[in-house]
Amino acid sequence: MAIVGPPNSGKSTAFNRLTGLRQKVANFPGVTVEHRMGKVKVDGGREVFAVDLPGVYSLEPRTEDERVTHDVLLGQMKDLPKPDAVLLILDSTNLARHLVLAAPVLSLGLPTLVILNMADDLARRGGGVDVAELSMQLGSPVALVSASRGEGFDKILQFLAGATHTAPRAAPLMQLPVIQDIPKCRAWAANVGTKGKYQAPAPPHWTRRLDSVFLHPVAGPLVFVIVVMAVFQSIFFWAKPAMDLVQGAITATGVWAGSLIPNPTLHSLVVDGVFNGVGSVVVFLPQILLLFLFIGILEDSGYLARAALIADRTMARFGLQGKSFIPLLSAYACAVPAIMATRTIENKRDRIATILIAPFMTCSARLPVYTLLIAAFIPDQRLLGPFLGMRAAVLLGLYILGFLAALFTARLLKSTVLKSSRSSFMLEMPPYRWPTLQGLALRLLDRSKVFLRRAGTVILAVALVIWVLAHLPLTNGQPPEIGQSVVGMIGHTVEPAIKPLGFNWKIGIGLITSLAAREVIVGTLGTIYGIEDPSAKSVGLQQALQQDLTLGGAIALMVFFAFAMQCMSTIAVVRRETGGWRWPIIQFSYMTVVAYVCAFVANKVITIWL
Amino acid sequence: MVYSEVGDGAQLQLAIKSWYSKSLTLQHFQIDTWFEMQMAVKKVRHAKHNSEATNLMELKHGESGILDRLDLPEDDARRLMELGFLPGHAITPGHSAPGGDPRVFRVDGSEVALRRDTAQKLILRSAPVK
Repeated sequence: MAIVGPPNSGKSTAFNRLTGLRQKVANFPGVTVEHRMGKVKVDGGREVFAVDLPGVYSLEPRTEDERVTHDVLLGQMKDLPKPDAVLLILDSTNLARHLVLAAPVLSLGLPTLVILNMADDLARRGGGVDVAELSMQLGSPVALVSASRGEGFDKILQFLAGATHTAPRAAPLMQLPVIQDIPKCRAWAANVGTKGKYQAPAPPHWTRRLDSVFLHPVAGPLVFVIVVMAVFQSIFFWAKPAMDLVQGAITATGVWAGSLIPNPTLHSLVVDGVFNGVGSVVVFLPQILLLFLFIGILEDSGYLARAALIADRTMARFGLQGKSFIPLLSAYACAVPAIMATRTIENKRDRIATILIAPFMTCSARLPVYTLLIAAFIPDQRLLGPFLGMRAAVLLGLYILGFLAALFTARLLKSTVLKSSRSSFMLEMPPYRWPTLQGLALRLLDRSKVFLRRAGTVILAVALVIWVLAHLPLTNGQPPEIGQSVVGMIGHTVEPAIKPLGFNWKIGIGLITSLAAREVIVGTLGTIYGIEDPSAKSVGLQQALQQDLTLGGAIALMVFFAFAMQCMSTIAVVRRETGGWRWPIIQFSYMTVVAYVCAFVANKVITIWL
Repeated sequence: MVYSEVGDGAQLQLAIKSWYSKSLTLQHFQIDTWFEMQMAVKKVRHAKHNSEATNLMELKHGESGILDRLDLPEDDARRLMELGFLPGHAITPGHSAPGGDPRVFRVDGSEVALRRDTAQKLILRSAPVK
């Protein structure tokens, strides 16, 4: 069964409601559009396999999203059979326009249930529709539901239970129009709507009222700035108790696990390698979840589209188009899905420019590095009364730094190698809606899985390798002092290159391991400092860094991380998206050079100035 | 170009007035001619094309206009039509980003933000109506 619908029709909410936890995010082979698959339980324990397709307005395959939807529905997608049934989800508060998509979908001839979503909103705003009559006109069953409240879902389940054996359906009363012709489709939709006694609801008053604040010439940008500041402030303050809790739990388990192991070598492996290495990264889970929670609320409530509107002029000044904004915003969470999201940009040059600047946006993997260094080196002082602390301000500054680097690079690219003349911006402003708890919870659960999986695989592996290398070569069966170990030797080899930035050899090891993923440096440093001074476990990584790094070096390290492209997943996805090694190599070299130069300048300025 | 579509006296009046409003720069004078032109437009509603092509950007707050055509490349025009910008539909301007660009337009039950350069290519059937 496939779920189709225009953007903002509440498709994902319906999908979540139907599948619950029995869903996962996947990629179609060969293309990068992410989609979700899940299982729906219908009567008698039978299960229906469901695919949530990207939101589309038509079935014409022009962008990648549309091609995926088109191919899946026509059974042309590799490894995915043609669906046996389709759920077409339309927004009942805007039915006449959304019915335009019904024409091409119904003409496929698959058993289709037309779902009119947002029924509660329709009723509240004084609209209405005759479901039975509409069903006659379309020649397909129609269900009026409210996905956010879960009303009317019994009809969907009945359809799924029935559709799996019986397919035949009566010929529609209305002839389907020529699908390519939008005005004809729209006229057909209007006709069907009238025959189905569709009463359009009153305009959404709350949306108008909220927009008169959020899009006010003065209040709008002010709210924008306050929202952004509030997010950063709360990442520090709200996450703190949760982080302390996680830290406490990890330390306690580490001590407990250590006490069970009498062998000193094994003890060190478990405590220094596993608990210090992996634990120091897992601590940041609450912060990352909080960031994703905020992005989720902003996106699901409809504010993100307004933010994109307010920011568009700034984007245009740097030669980017409005469509670049959403990928760039999601790059604040992670560059990998952001680069995949650029597939909606039709203009190839604009798309490559967006891909190339996306890794400059401060992704959540930088957060552990930043917060560790900020907590260790920046005093906890108030800056703007209770609104903005010094630490939050520095974090905000780092985010702005990455953003400026992205804009500068975009300007550079768009005025040289990726010049393009035309740019367009069309963005639908969805009505404001309350985000559903289920939707937010599923998002966070998904993120936690990704984060913990990485901590359990890449970071664990790196921590163990570092631990082993730090204990070699053995002399008389005894591990060497860490400075003389293999790790120490590698570190000392690279030290001359990074000394001008104010980094010592231990940071050098961290920089090498962080090529895999940025947050790995935290785990690596946790392991190295843990081995170097076993008593440091109680002192913690922050204090160890305070004694080992100057303020200039710490700032330089943050600046380096703001610019450097240390993420294998991103490099891999850029190679796949741009179809070759050329762009990822250019991008990696460019970002590394920028990072090195800026870190050097930062270190020199701070050292001379303070 | 203006005279080619003139059919009767009212239209001639409109054509001349709109020519005036373009060429005269005195502000109060322009407003006067503007109102006269509006009245003239109401008289010649049956005319197929207005001699003065107006686009979306010229709609003021509280006014609305009927879309006539999209002077855009095929791809962009299709996308806009999918969003509801179809000839014959009424369009009302809404809020905008600071500085007036991009601006939100209400069309066919939804709100869509467009940049100035796109909105200028959407031509209205007649002059704005209150």
